[in-house]
Amino acid sequence: MTLLAVDWLLIIEKLVLIAIIVFASLGIALYTTFAERKVAAVLQDRPGPNRAGPFGLLQPFADGLKLIMKEEIIPTSSNKALFVLGPGLAMTAALMTCSVIPWSSHIEIFDRKIDLQIADINIGILYIFGVVSMGVYGMMIGGWASNNKFSLMAALRGASQAISYELAMGLSLIAVLMLSGSLSLKTIVDGQMAAGSYWNIVYQPLGFIIFFVCALAECNRTPFDLPEAENELNFGYHQEYSSMKLGFYLFSEYINMIMSSAVMASLYFGGFDIPFLDESTLAPNIAAIIGVAALLTKIAIFIFVFMWIRWTVPRFRYDQLMNLGWKTMIPLALFNMLVTGALILLKAGV
Amino acid sequence: MQALTNRAQEVSRKPMTFMERLYIPSILKGMAITFSHIFKKQPTIRYPEQKREFSPVFRGLHVLNRDEEGRERCTACGLCAVACPAEAITMEAAEREVGQENLYREEKYAAKYEINMLRCIFCGLCEEACPKDAIYLSETFAPANFTRTGFIYGKDHLLIPNPVTEPEAYAAAKGQRN
Repeated sequence: MTLLAVDWLLIIEKLVLIAIIVFASLGIALYTTFAERKVAAVLQDRPGPNRAGPFGLLQPFADGLKLIMKEEIIPTSSNKALFVLGPGLAMTAALMTCSVIPWSSHIEIFDRKIDLQIADINIGILYIFGVVSMGVYGMMIGGWASNNKFSLMAALRGASQAISYELAMGLSLIAVLMLSGSLSLKTIVDGQMAAGSYWNIVYQPLGFIIFFVCALAECNRTPFDLPEAENELNFGYHQEYSSMKLGFYLFSEYINMIMSSAVMASLYFGGFDIPFLDESTLAPNIAAIIGVAALLTKIAIFIFVFMWIRWTVPRFRYDQLMNLGWKTMIPLALFNMLVTGALILLKAGV
Repeated sequence: MQALTNRAQEVSRKPMTFMERLYIPSILKGMAITFSHIFKKQPTIRYPEQKREFSPVFRGLHVLNRDEEGRERCTACGLCAVACPAEAITMEAAEREVGQENLYREEKYAAKYEINMLRCIFCGLCEEACPKDAIYLSETFAPANFTRTGFIYGKDHLLIPNPVTEPEAYAAAKGQRN
C-alpha cells in the first residue's frame, strides 16, 4: 500500500501508537496523582482518599472535574498570550518526551513488524534533553507572564535549578553513552538485553545516583521543589493560575516524572528487559507484551521511590541546592566519566 | 539550668564528618523509617461508619429528661439559662392545664425550650444547675447542618423519647447515664 511513494500504513501505525501512548501517559499521570496521595497517606499512617468509588479509585476524576469546573482567571496585569502559552508549553514538552522511549521490542500483525517506539531516532537521548529543557520555558513563561514577583522569582529559581542540574545529568549520561556507543535509546536498551551483558546500573552505580538526583531536580520534586517553596514563594510559578491551566502545570509535573522514570529504566535498568529471561525464545508478540509490562513495572517502582523520597526528605535551602549541583554533582559526574573512560580503554588494551 | 525533660541534648557545633556530609546514609535511614510506617496500624477512625467510643462522662448534646411515668421533668425555672455561661438557653414557661397531668410532672412546664448549639460550649453547668434532674448532656454531638437556624434545637430535638410508650428509643437516647 504505497501511494505517492509514501508508506501510508506506517503513518497510520505511528498515529495509533502516538494516540495510545499520549492517552496512556495521561491516564497513568491521572492515577499517579492518586498514587501520590495514597503513598503519602500510607507513609504517614493515614488511609488517604477512600471516599470516591471503591478504595477512592474515582478520586482523580473528581479532582480533574473540580479543576475544570473552577473559574478561569487571567489577571488583568498579566501578559495574556504568554499566560495561556505557559501551561500549554509545559504540557507539550512533557508529552513530547515519550516519543523516543522504546516501550517494547516489536509486535507482528499480518506479517507486518510494528516497532513499539514512536521514533527510533539516532540522537534519541539528545532529543529528550532538548525537549526537557523546553519544559523550563513553560515554567519561565508562566512565571513571567503572571506579573507577580513571587511567580517571577520562582520561575527564575526553577530555570537556574534546571540548568544547573542538566549539566551534571548530561555528564553522567556521557558515561552511559561511552559504554553503549550510541545515542539511540533503542540501541542502548538492546545492548543491555544482549546475552552476556548486564544492565548499565552494574557498570554505572555512581552515574545512576547522579542521574537520579538530577532527575529529581529536573522534575521539581522534593527535596528540589524550590520553584514551589510555599513558605517563601507562596505557590511558586503557578501562583496566579487557576482552573485547568493550573491542572496542566501540576499534570505536566507528573508526566515528567513518568517520563524520567522511563528514561532511567531504559538507560540503567535494561528498559523492557526482563531479568533472567531470554526473550528470543518467546513468540515476538508475547515477548513484546511482557516487555511492556516489565517497563511499566520498572516505571512504577521508580515513581514509588520518587514519592517515597518526597514524603521523607525535607526541602533544600536554595544555596545548598546550588552547592550540591555545582560543587558536588558536576565534579562527581566528571570523575565518573573519567573513570569509565579509563576502564573502557584499559579493557580494550590500548 | 535544669532540663525539663530527659530528652534535652547539648547543641553540637563540631563540623560534620565526611560520612555525615555525604547525607546519603542519613537519607537512607530516614527512608527506612518512613517505609516502616507502611506496615503500621492506622489510628484513623472512618467516621460515619465507625464512631469513636466516648467516655461515660463525655458532655455532648443535651437531653430533656422524663420521669419513669414519661412525664417531662422540666419546670421552666430558668436556672439552667442563668447558669449558662454562653447564654445559649432560652425558654418560655406555661401552666399545666387540667388533664395534662400525665404529660408534665409539676404545675409549670416549659412550653418552649431552645438551646443554640453554636453558642453552647458543652460545659455541663446547666446539668449541675438543674434542681429537677431535667437536663443532662448525652454522649452524642451535634451533627453538621447547612443553616445557622438548624443549630437551634427545640424541644422536638431535645426531649427524650417516652419510657412508657417507646422504651427502646428511650434506652438508646439515655445511653450509659443513670
